[in-house]
Amino acid sequence: MNHIFAITRRELISYFSTPLAYVFIVIFLVLTSTFTFYLGNFYERGQADLSAFFNFHPWLYLFLVPAISMRLWAEERKSGSIELLMTLPIEPREAVLGKFLAAWSFIALALILTFPIWITVNFLGDPDNGVIFAAYLGSLFMAGGFLAVGAFISATTKNQVIAFILSVVACFGFLLAGFSLVLDLFSSWAPQALVDAIASLSFLTHFSNISKGVIDLRDLVYFSLLIAVFLYANTIILHLRKAD
Amino acid sequence: MIDCQGITKKYAHLVAVNNISFKVSPGEVLGFLGPNGAGKTTTMRIIAGFVTPTAGRALVSGFDVESQSMKAKQRIGYLPEGAPSYPEMTPRSFLEFIADVRGLTKGKKLSRLEEVFSLLHLEPVLEQTIDTLSKGYKRRVGLAQAILHDPEVLILDEPTDGLDPNQKHEVRSLINQMSKNKIIVISTHLLEEVEAVCNRAIIIAEGQILVDDTPANLESRSRFHNAVSLKLIDPSQIENVRAAIEALNEVTATEVDTNNNRMTAFPAPNKMPLAAISELATAQGWEFSEFHLESGRLDEVFRTITAGENA
Repeated sequence: MNHIFAITRRELISYFSTPLAYVFIVIFLVLTSTFTFYLGNFYERGQADLSAFFNFHPWLYLFLVPAISMRLWAEERKSGSIELLMTLPIEPREAVLGKFLAAWSFIALALILTFPIWITVNFLGDPDNGVIFAAYLGSLFMAGGFLAVGAFISATTKNQVIAFILSVVACFGFLLAGFSLVLDLFSSWAPQALVDAIASLSFLTHFSNISKGVIDLRDLVYFSLLIAVFLYANTIILHLRKAD
Repeated sequence: MIDCQGITKKYAHLVAVNNISFKVSPGEVLGFLGPNGAGKTTTMRIIAGFVTPTAGRALVSGFDVESQSMKAKQRIGYLPEGAPSYPEMTPRSFLEFIADVRGLTKGKKLSRLEEVFSLLHLEPVLEQTIDTLSKGYKRRVGLAQAILHDPEVLILDEPTDGLDPNQKHEVRSLINQMSKNKIIVISTHLLEEVEAVCNRAIIIAEGQILVDDTPANLESRSRFHNAVSLKLIDPSQIENVRAAIEALNEVTATEVDTNNNRMTAFPAPNKMPLAAISELATAQGWEFSEFHLESGRLDEVFRTITAGENA
């Protein structure tokens, strides 16, 4: 455990000693509010809820989370510090978890900093704060899913740009797995069971349940499993390709 | 104890290390010498557990670096080539991270940090980010990271690369201080470094060990071993002097460096020409501005051994 926290701490120190952390948080806050008020018509809807806010999270994460995850491993490979990290007495799974937790808690911080919108909606009306809390939780889990996919991809390359682009594409696939754009690729040849399985991987479907305030255990389990699978794959990649 | 048993590393088009075996015991300071691309770094990476060998295995204090990697890694301090670290961190936060990962307890952590800060003279830069440091400081941060937990085994890949002569001297005396009960393996291009810190030298080229000997024995392979170099105050006399010296039984040949008029007399097999030449000089009344005994030149031995292999 100590190793994991040592790594998480080190990562967070690195985030906040470069402009990365501040740029990310500012952009995240600006975009969430812009989308909520201009595209989501927060006022015009006249409803005391935050769905105008949460509906845009998947699309924001699609670009912002890979921007965080792309550097997780690719940067270590590029700078050579992976040689240091992998020769310290740390298990690869501890390094994977430590890095993931750092990035995830950083995104959690960005989410927490959106609290003025929660204050706003409570000031204007009488929203169901349980639903809002559930949506925040769902949003965080979805971000974790994006992040695990991105971390895995980052571990396969030393090029951050490649890591970013591949992560966006992979996350886009997961996001729209339930929609015809993705399903049409499979429906012509794959058995129906596989098509259904792919459809059930959709981030959007799972997130829309939670964001409506329905905390279905299956949705949380889905994101947790997704995170676990990709972190495990990340560990295997590190075992296989420590040096090159 | 480091025990390398037939380690081999093959890449797609290249055999980086080819069936190398050697042992290093506590108290030994082993210098790895070899041309660039000889396999020095790969061998060190295998011992440090970063590169998995294609065949063979490496044991550190009895622990296999692959199957018992945690136990082996706890006993190793490793300075990778180029001393990588995290450029956005300060030396203090970076070394605190290393101390946490190495599992130093709180009191021990503070005292060890203070120790390595002063050993490597890091105090002036502790709060600066590492990417703003000079090459010499970066290297010293890397060294501090390697020795922080006072390991049994130190593996240093080019520890003095990029340091100025004073800093080189300091790092070498640091290595000498630590060498008593540790195993230290360093790689270097600098032959004077081998003389300064190592009590054993391995020369590798093309992934194989060519020589494994003490630096003194290596020097004695040089044709300069026991040769006498001298420089006359009056250079016009040089041809007379040369003829007289070449006539001695103890001398096989002489060479004159025309750039600086320095003459070197090479010894006949198993002879020491120093006494004979100095007697002759006294009898003839030659006056020298320079007169000394050569101990052997490692760089020449190195070139002969590694070039001979290519030929």
